[in-house]
Amino acid sequence: MRLLTHNMLASNVRGVTSGYPLKLEATNWCTKDVDLNADFIRGLLPKIDWRALVAATRALNLPELLPEEQPSEDEIFAEGAVNVEGSAIRRIHHALLEIHVQQGALICPESGRSFPIEKGIPNMMLHEDEV
Amino acid sequence: MPRPEIQAPPDVFYNEAEARKYTTSSRIIEIQARISERALELLALPNDGVPKLLLDIGQFSFPLCSSGRLPEDMTPKNVALERETEGDLLLADMGQGLVLRPGVIDGAISISAVQWLCNADKSSHDPRLRLKVFFGSLYRCLARGARAVLQFYADNVKQSEMIVTYAMRAGFAGGVVIDWPHSSKAKKSYLVLTCGAPSLHTSLPKGKGEDGEICSDDDDGDSSGQDDDRTVGIYERNRPKKKQKIKKNGNGKEWLLKKKEQMRRKGHDVPADTKYTGRKRKTYF
Repeated sequence: MRLLTHNMLASNVRGVTSGYPLKLEATNWCTKDVDLNADFIRGLLPKIDWRALVAATRALNLPELLPEEQPSEDEIFAEGAVNVEGSAIRRIHHALLEIHVQQGALICPESGRSFPIEKGIPNMMLHEDEV
Repeated sequence: MPRPEIQAPPDVFYNEAEARKYTTSSRIIEIQARISERALELLALPNDGVPKLLLDIGQFSFPLCSSGRLPEDMTPKNVALERETEGDLLLADMGQGLVLRPGVIDGAISISAVQWLCNADKSSHDPRLRLKVFFGSLYRCLARGARAVLQFYADNVKQSEMIVTYAMRAGFAGGVVIDWPHSSKAKKSYLVLTCGAPSLHTSLPKGKGEDGEICSDDDDGDSSGQDDDRTVGIYERNRPKKKQKIKKNGNGKEWLLKKKEQMRRKGHDVPADTKYTGRKRKTYF
């Protein structure tokens, strides 16, 4: 599960008004390199909840990866930023697309329900009494 | 061979052996690929060069594009894992509602999955409620103006109507496009749904199949079999009735009185004409 996916997921347990963001707990995660596509990042950014993304990186013990405040668009898409090591756009790309959580859990912030992640797949199926 | 949905619930039907067909049988893979391509064609994503975030519901479709996809697989079998899909996988029950926050998805496709919602595989399942929850959550998590294309196999007209009804109730615009409507084997139904106000761009695409455009009588000039002629898809074409129904449209009170007079002249015993003769009756049905 990439952090991009984690950013989209919400808990749908009955009675929960806002099951977002899900708290991430990862016991096993890895990185896989992916080509950076600036247009893709540009298209994605409006959809991303920055706070949730930062919280997820903190949960993975990567406090320096992303700043608390979302950088401005100018800074992210600055000319040539793609080629600069450690630039904002590369960090965002790395956080969203290159980190894969293999084992762990997602915790609903309201109900505390834990959704396990196994082999990289989060299991979001609810029991009958939670629907 | 009976339909899969009748044989067993999905988590039982798609066991190791069955799921294996989806990874190793080239014929099944080819069919799934073809249906997926058609679904993506109907999705009509804008060609602006920006990769889109798609949701694939039921995840039996062939991974085709490199845009970030979040397939949602209803069965525990890791079919997609074995095929190394590029998107992320989620294990969830679509009848419980999609587990995504609002407005994040640029498009959704589903191949042969929606009809499973019509079956109550557990005593706690209510198909209507599951359809309602599914379409409601789909509407919510699609971005404004985004489309969803859901290929499904309806067991009968009632099921088809039920699926379409709940989709419309959720707020979607759209309808069903049917490819090859006259072939029982090749026939495929695609529920094409749009989120947001209908506009010129959201007119329903045409289905593939024989001629029979509802609006005009023209054929395509070069009808070389099934490939060329298009049909506007509104599900279940009305077949012309073989028997003419005799309606009482032209037969009012006047005609009735004339008839009675005729019968009297012939010598039959006809009741007298009163204020009740030819009076409109209350409908009993």
